[in-house]
Parts: sequence; C-alpha cells; structure tokens
Amino acid sequence: MRNTCLNMVYELAKEDERIVFIGSDLSPGLLAGMKRDMPARYFMEGITEQNVVGMAAGFAMEGFIPYVNTIATFITRRCYEQVAVDLCLHDLPVRLVGNGGGVVYAPLGPTHLAIEDIAIMRALPNMTVVAVCDAEEMKRLMRASLDWPHPIYIRLAKGGDPVVSRPENGFAIGKAIAMRTARSRRPVVLMSTGVMTTNAMKAAELLEKQGIDASVVHFHTVKPLDETAVREHADNARLLVTVEEGIAIGGFGSAVTDHLVRTRGQSLPAMLRLALPDEFPKKYGSQSDHFEIYGLMPQQIAASVCKAIGKLELVA
Amino acid sequence: MAITDGLAPAREGGAGLDERSRYLRRLVVRGLDGGGRGHVGSSLSLIEIMRVLYDDILAYRPAEPRWPDRDRMILSKGHGCLALYAILADKGFIPLETLDTFCRRDSILGGHPEAGKVAGVEASTGALGHGLSVGLGMALALRAAKRKARVFVVMGDGEINEGSVWEAAMCAGKHGLGNLTAMIDYNKIQSAGFTRDIQDLEPLLDKWRAFGFVAAEVDGHDVGALRALLRKLPVDAGKPTAIVCHTVKGKGVAFAENDPNWHHKNKFVDGEIDRIYACLN
Repeated sequence: MRNTCLNMVYELAKEDERIVFIGSDLSPGLLAGMKRDMPARYFMEGITEQNVVGMAAGFAMEGFIPYVNTIATFITRRCYEQVAVDLCLHDLPVRLVGNGGGVVYAPLGPTHLAIEDIAIMRALPNMTVVAVCDAEEMKRLMRASLDWPHPIYIRLAKGGDPVVSRPENGFAIGKAIAMRTARSRRPVVLMSTGVMTTNAMKAAELLEKQGIDASVVHFHTVKPLDETAVREHADNARLLVTVEEGIAIGGFGSAVTDHLVRTRGQSLPAMLRLALPDEFPKKYGSQSDHFEIYGLMPQQIAASVCKAIGKLELVA
Repeated sequence: MAITDGLAPAREGGAGLDERSRYLRRLVVRGLDGGGRGHVGSSLSLIEIMRVLYDDILAYRPAEPRWPDRDRMILSKGHGCLALYAILADKGFIPLETLDTFCRRDSILGGHPEAGKVAGVEASTGALGHGLSVGLGMALALRAAKRKARVFVVMGDGEINEGSVWEAAMCAGKHGLGNLTAMIDYNKIQSAGFTRDIQDLEPLLDKWRAFGFVAAEVDGHDVGALRALLRKLPVDAGKPTAIVCHTVKGKGVAFAENDPNWHHKNKFVDGEIDRIYACLN
C-alpha cells in the first residue's frame, strides 16, 4: 500500500506540475525516479516534522499540492500544532501520508503505534481523514486526492494487505462503499475502516455459517463521514457494529455514534464498538498479534457479534 | 500619505522618532484604544521594521493583495499584529477606521492576524515558531516556479526559543535560499521577563551563521540603517539572510519602554491611552 501510494505520487507528478513530495528521513532510494527526474519537486528534509509541515503549507499557499510522508505517529503527534494551524486553519490542499497506521509497527513498541491518529486528525476542522483497505483502493484514492481542496490525512496499512476492494465500486472521498449486502431486512451491520474492512468481511462470512446475516459497509473516509450511509444502514440494523484499528475515544466508531446520537437520539440501534481500549499497547509481536489481543481477528469479531446478539435476545 | 524622515522635531517619549514613526505608532494606539487591549510593547518595537519594509523594500499592490509577483512578508510573531495592521491601513490594504474595531466580535482584526480575513496578511500566525517554515516553503515554491519574488519572515526574540525555528533554519540553510530573509525583532524582553534571564539567545548572530545564513545586525529603529541594509539583499544569492534588529520594547512610549509589564495589556486605566498619545504627538 505504501509503495503504491508513493509510486502514485510520482505518476501524478508526471501529469501535474503542482505535485511536490516532501519526506522526512525515509528509506534510501525512495522515489529515486522522482528525485532524478524532478529534483525541484522532491524533498527529503530530515527528522524535522514541524518544519516539513510548515514548508508544505508554504508550497500549498503558492499553488502546489504537497504530499508529505513519514511514520504515522510522527506526522500526527509531533507536529500537531503545525497541522492544525498551518494546514487546517488555512485549509490548504496538503496530503499527509502516515506510514504504519494503527498497530502496524507492533514490534517497535508504543512510541511507534498510531493508535489515536484517526481520533486526533478527525478533531481538526477542515481535515479529511482517509484509511483505505488495500493497495488497489489506494490507487483510486490517490487519483481522487489530486483535486480535493482540503488537507487530507492518509493512513497507510502494513503493506501486502489482501485486496478486497473492487473497481466497480468506484471511489469518491466521503462516500462509503457497501462491500457485502445482507439478504434479510434486519441484518447485523458491520461498519469498518481501513484494513479492518477485510476482517469484517471475513467475520461476516463466519456469521453467515452460523445463520446470522451481516452486511459490511466500508468507510474509507472517516471524515467527512458519509452520514447518509450511516443512517441508511443503521436504521435497519438488528445490531450495528463498528470495527476499527485504533482507540475507541474519538475514533471512527465515535464518528458514527456522534452522528446517530445527533440524528436518531431517541431511537438508536443496538450498537457494539470494537476498537482498542484507552491504554498504550503493552506487548510487541506483530500487527495480527495485536488484532488478537484486542479482539479484532475475524473469528473474534464474529464471536463478539454472537455474544451481543445473545444478550439482545435475552433482553427481548 | 507617506511622510519622509526628519520632517518633525522629536517630542517627549518619542525622542528620536520622526513624525512618520510617531504617526504609525499612533495608529497602533488607535487599535489599542479600539480593542481596549493588545500587545503594546511587542507592536511598538516593530514599527520601523514594518515601515522600512513597506515604504522602501517590498514590492506589493494594495489593490491587488494576491498579485503573484509581490514580495511575501510573514509576521511570524503574530502578537505584534497591531504594527502590521497599522502599516496595512496606512498603505490602503484596509481602511484606517478598521483599526477602531480591533479584537471586537465582528472585526477582521483579531489579536493575531488571519490570512483570508485581512488583505495583505500572507499567513495566519499567533502560535509561535511557524512562520519561518511556511516562509521557506514559499521561497522554495517561488524558486520552483521561477518567480523573482522574495520572502521576509519577521520573528520575535522570545519566539525563537521554539525548536521549530531551528528546524526551519537548518532547512533554509541547506537549500541556500537567497530569496528568504529572516528578521528578528530583538527587543530583549519576552512575556516572562528579559530574554537573557529566561532563555538567553546569545551569541545570536553566530547561531544564524552556524545554520547557513548570512547574518547582520542593525539598530531596528534606525530607518536609514535598516533601509540601507535591506537594499543590499541578497547579501549572498546562495544563502538566506538573518537580520537581527536591536529594538526597544515599547519604543516611543517612555513609561512603557523596556518594561516587561507592557508586553501585553488586557485593559487600560483611565487616562492611560491619553498618556500614550501624549508621547507620540
């Protein structure tokens, strides 16, 4: 996904002279072709996140479209004020590409785990927050990003992620995609973002085997949230489940909940939020280890759904 | 109308300042009076820097604030905005009467300047340590677009405590941005007290030189010296320039000069505005 994203920066830069790439201290040889062919629009500026975000703002004020890339924690936490003031207050078309969103960097420990990136980026006025589910969808996002007039935070996944998106579904920033349609009138609805959509799809298959009909709605864009899709799917949900690779506080599930409380406050659907708890991860290992620790593997999502439905039936 | 140097005699408090410098300071006081508050000392130390930039150095068109070939001036120490508002009003970017609305609910003039609201304000500032990075981004963009416009970033001395300033300085030095000039309003006082006591900046010129700048110092209230220095830019076309402007916080208002208590006022006692004006008439 990361390679696809950065290669797309180069491809877009060939077509559009407004594109600039700014990295901090990334892999040797990264985007070597762009560096060679368009040195005036390729920058590797060292470990200076505050500076590169301000610098990107300056470029954008002059009509350029900068894509800024470094590790997700550093491009969000380290330079939050620059992101807020230089990018969001000015509402500039700068794209922040964060490597290793969520728990991708599990072996490196909590300093490198972007567990609250979606929450803190989402809190900023004018910011757009996107977490696609695979490399093919990344290509579609990158094309769509070109003329989006606002700052965008693009959360990257681990790489080599299974491709579950389909070109026929198209792609528009802010428009959710129904990945799996339910047959029944009152299905379980799984709403997910990023690579959690893949796990949600697998969970839906497991649920089907147990006779539970589930739909899956993929929100590649967390902000602006596709509120119409949230309402349409929530209104018929037997159980609405949000699934995300990030902390619950302020995250994707919060966005969905906020909207439903605002618009359906007197008749909320039964809801289950699957997310990371309010703590820094304590273990190392792999991303999937952390999915397991936090109950985000497909079989765990399915089990949580079954448990929630069981409680609902007990109440009924 | 611009009034040239030396036309009027010096007065009490404004000793050594000519009529134009006192006039621009009176515009600052107009804003202070309108808002009933403001960064007094921080604005008054900036006046000659703003005056010389806008009278003699910058290329701009008040009727066309986004003119592509204009020189860009970012007031990174956004809290000194009354000095910027004064010169923008003087030059016709905004009506003079706007100064009376400073900090009021529906005013375009806030306690820190906002781009998009105020014609002539290039970037919204207020959070310190942002302007140099934004400015160097502009300078790189202008270079990439092969435009001859220059970028000036005016910072406070307290502001350059921020680490982000030195990230930006490294970057500007690396890129040899001859079209970028950093100016430091070195009035020696920050909010908590004297800079030498809070976070001593010396040796300040050496710091800028070490980061790849051509560095110079000047009396930041000496119009002639400022003008002569700024007309030499770029001193080295392959390097950014840093100009340390030695200034006096509260300059022109005798009882406010060099007094940390006049960094910012959120109210004025009866007669205080009149006493300030008396120094500047």
